[in-house]
Amino acid sequence: MSVPSTPVDNLVDVPAEEGMSIQNKKLSRIEKRAIAARGKLSSPWASGIAIIIAVLWTIPTLGLLVTSFRPQSQIQSSGWWTLLSNPGLTLDNYDEVLFGSSTKFATYFVNSLVITLPAVVIPISLALLAAYAFAWIEFKGRNVLFVAVFALQVIPIQVTLIPLLSQYVKWGISGSFWTLWLSHSIFALPLAVFLLHNFMKEIPASLVEAARVDGAGHVKIFFRVLLPLLTPAIASFAIFQFLWVWNDLLVALTFAGGTTNVAPLTVRIAELSGTRGSSWYLLSAGAFISIVVPLIVFLSLQRYFVRGLLAGSVKG
Amino acid sequence: MRSMTRRSYAALATGAAFALILAGCSDSGNKSPDASSTGKVDCAAYKQYGDLKGKTVSVYTSIVDPESKQQTDSYIPFETCTGAKIAYEGSREFESQLPVRLSAKTAPDIAYIPQPGFLKSLVADFPDAVKPAPQAVIDNATKYYSEAWVNYGTVDGKLYATPLGANVKSFVWYSPKEFADNGYTIPTTWDELMTLSQTIADSGRIPWCAGIESGTATGWPATDWLEDVVLRTAGPDVYDEWVNHTIPFNDPKIVEALATVGDVLKNPAYVNGGLGDVQSIATAPWNEAGNGIPAGTCSLMRAANFYQANWATDVTVAEKPQDNGVYAFYLPGKTADDKPLLGGGEFVTAFSDRPEVQAFQAYLSSPEWANEKAKVTGQGWISANSGLDASLLQSPIDIMSYKLLTDPAYTFRFDGSDQMPAAVGAGSFWTEMTDWIATDKSDEAVLTAIEKSWPAS
Amino acid sequence: MDWFINADTTGHKLALMVVAIVLFVAVMGAILFAVDRPKKIPTWVVATGFLAPTVLGLGFGLVYPGLKTIWSSLFDRQGKNYVGLDNYITAFTEEQFQVVLRNTVFWVITVPIAATLIGLVYAVVVDRTRMEALAKTLVFMPMAISMVGASIIWKFVYEYKPNQPGVNQTGLLNQLLVWLGFDPQQFLLNAPANTFYLIVVMVWIQAGFAMTVLSAAIKAIPDDIVEAARLDGLQGIKMFRYITVPSIRPALIVVITTIAMGTLKVFDIVRTMTGGNFNTSVVANEFYKQSFTIRDQGLGAALAVILFVLVIPLVIYNVRQLRLTEEIR
Repeated sequence: MSVPSTPVDNLVDVPAEEGMSIQNKKLSRIEKRAIAARGKLSSPWASGIAIIIAVLWTIPTLGLLVTSFRPQSQIQSSGWWTLLSNPGLTLDNYDEVLFGSSTKFATYFVNSLVITLPAVVIPISLALLAAYAFAWIEFKGRNVLFVAVFALQVIPIQVTLIPLLSQYVKWGISGSFWTLWLSHSIFALPLAVFLLHNFMKEIPASLVEAARVDGAGHVKIFFRVLLPLLTPAIASFAIFQFLWVWNDLLVALTFAGGTTNVAPLTVRIAELSGTRGSSWYLLSAGAFISIVVPLIVFLSLQRYFVRGLLAGSVKG
Repeated sequence: MRSMTRRSYAALATGAAFALILAGCSDSGNKSPDASSTGKVDCAAYKQYGDLKGKTVSVYTSIVDPESKQQTDSYIPFETCTGAKIAYEGSREFESQLPVRLSAKTAPDIAYIPQPGFLKSLVADFPDAVKPAPQAVIDNATKYYSEAWVNYGTVDGKLYATPLGANVKSFVWYSPKEFADNGYTIPTTWDELMTLSQTIADSGRIPWCAGIESGTATGWPATDWLEDVVLRTAGPDVYDEWVNHTIPFNDPKIVEALATVGDVLKNPAYVNGGLGDVQSIATAPWNEAGNGIPAGTCSLMRAANFYQANWATDVTVAEKPQDNGVYAFYLPGKTADDKPLLGGGEFVTAFSDRPEVQAFQAYLSSPEWANEKAKVTGQGWISANSGLDASLLQSPIDIMSYKLLTDPAYTFRFDGSDQMPAAVGAGSFWTEMTDWIATDKSDEAVLTAIEKSWPAS
Repeated sequence: MDWFINADTTGHKLALMVVAIVLFVAVMGAILFAVDRPKKIPTWVVATGFLAPTVLGLGFGLVYPGLKTIWSSLFDRQGKNYVGLDNYITAFTEEQFQVVLRNTVFWVITVPIAATLIGLVYAVVVDRTRMEALAKTLVFMPMAISMVGASIIWKFVYEYKPNQPGVNQTGLLNQLLVWLGFDPQQFLLNAPANTFYLIVVMVWIQAGFAMTVLSAAIKAIPDDIVEAARLDGLQGIKMFRYITVPSIRPALIVVITTIAMGTLKVFDIVRTMTGGNFNTSVVANEFYKQSFTIRDQGLGAALAVILFVLVIPLVIYNVRQLRLTEEIR
């Protein structure tokens, strides 16, 4: 798609009948947003839809949250919505999850963190480079290679376990963090390249051309022109990569073994259901403990989904 | 960018610090009595294993929290006396992960394998990886275990694995108080059991409750039902032929046994107390199905001794009639003298023949270990080791299970599905039994489908 | 060397993590520095520099295992004897396989459409509202719970207890039915509706993904376009139809494709909720079962290859979209 060549200046002005004083550009934008927000909220249909979806999406989680505070016997004999008539909240489930193991909970927590951060940073950087090459560098076989990379998404991780593990054992790095960083990075690449490439294609070619004419090299174009525009896309992929790695059990179990030196939170939580799968009630507490960090990450990355980055750069 | 980084660090640090503080608190409370008692361990019995200082033995099992704690506690005397270190790893994905590790040549030193059928296929698939048992282990096995148990760890005439724990599945749980209040007596023959069911049904209640939902293993409790009944209607010899596939899976005798199971599990007058109709057996979680007994919505449930771990904390396991009390009786045979016993257990298998591994293997097959394990477990564990001191067992159901296991009047047979090839024992047998209940598939159709799925070689 | 492999204290682990990231950044920096000579270096060298790490990683971690899978699908259960196409014949003639294939196709069509639609509508209606952050967090939350966790939540929702005195419903849906005067239902038992109830879980999870990516795309629509359209009098549904959707078309394709790929591979939900029983199994679940529970390597590999084949329509669709964007540019 292309940006229409409307004179930019006209659009910055807020229509006079809204009766606003324009002190500077920044204020005008905030106010435009306020107007837009008012417009949205005034549509009862939109608010109605938003509320219905939000409620439908929250109730099951709410049920789990309430359940995680209820004693085992009550979970099995009455529904969580009877909370008011069956009081008796308990922290026992959380206590068991956090302190029921001989290994300190904090160890798992640190492991998860150490596994996750590089496993998010590495694939994103690699994929940005590759996506840039696929989008902005002309070379033979570009589309074929891109389609091949993209199609690799379908390979189930399970078929890679034995070949990869055999190699890691040969290299003498099995059971270390390196295997996890490497594996997670590889598994993330097809989707990351695909996603970032499609967003990169979106950026008007004129911007890149203009920079090229000014004598900018690939690196400069990449960092100065593209990166700022891609922030929302990178932020959203970062969140999901973070989630997948944070919630991964299979890769961790296979490559790191369950040794407490490397094992992440999910390994501990999977153990909670008991040898014969008899204590699912603990999983509700476990699920909530492990959800806290992803939520913090989501909330802190939200500020990067700001409107107008692209528009701003067109003007600049 | 900078402010965000700082903020999330702060958040993470707070979270971590919180966890650390709490972990610190719990540590002081966790100082268990076992730790002090092991200081007094008499190391004389451990001399035979030699000095293993600085050596490590890795153990990989399907036993996870909280049972894993009891496992590792039971190794403490061995570790203190020999100086060896046991690196324990339990995982619920054990059965899928172990072959992966074997293929990648990163096998653990020792694994506890819960199915003889799995052991057999590992020996076939990885002949170099699985190590035969050393002499010390063979000696222990022949001395302390019955021939049947030794045979389950033997593949092609070679002993590979010795039993670790054991369980007994031929039990029916009930409420002693309900029995006492209504004047019911414990049935001693299958016919008496059916008469009792009818009496309860006539009184307007539904006697049995059952659940076979168990996530990916859904259906296994139903296979146990059929195995228990085959042992009773066709006898242990036919049972062995059936398990080893020398008679077809859908032999008329097995069809008859499945019909007998159906008299209970597919009889709307007998099931599924407090849980719904016949179909509801398929979706009722096996570990919650018994809740109807203390709650009063059903009276009988066939389940193993390890079901005791699933009762809510306010339920007492005891023979004496009391409120919220449950207990189990032996699932009777055709006659009072006919006493087949269905059970299961894990097998200690080694993938290394280093001396410290062999020493640990020997320790696990010795009565010293069995007694130590009984001591640290509290309740919910038994072994078929004849050197086990029964007075160390603490739960009445454990004591009864051990008595039945070691009583020569009872004919023990290992869980059949655990001995069959995985395509049947962890595949079609489970799914077809589930269909048998969920979609009312006929007895013959179910057994024929399983027969068809039996791997050719 | 040992320092790099065995980290057992928290400090050591964190240090190792920082070292890993720094090492990685240094290597990346070296590549960038080497190719950053605008006129002097031929294009193919630059392309190689940018693509090499990705291509090498993928070749080692995905292509090689993928080829190996195709190869072992031609061998027997232990991977020892060549059996030709026998595994494929077994897979296709298996009594249940028709159902499994039908379920898989049903999943792959329904989940991406439903999840994307809901995510898109939600992203649009909460965009630029005061409660946006909170509203988005609520729908994002299922995404943050692992698949297994989500399956457990929904198992609670669908739980069945008979409608009789002394027995309480513990599943919310059945409680609602009882309150409304209906009989409780066995949601997970009765085919084919049970597949639909499982799909609901996947949609519940993936809508958060769709919402997040699409919301980012919506926010990247230049203000100019939106303002211009507004000046032209476009509002509400029309704005959505003529401005929003066309502007985020590439993002929509990404989202639909990604969810479809994820759906093809998903087995945790089926595995946790029904174990593949009651006619709810999908190809990925059968693949997992054969490979890891039953340990029939050949048949497991054949099922994985069937998954590869199922993705071809998606690939073709994306290639066409790629051509389309090329033409527009």
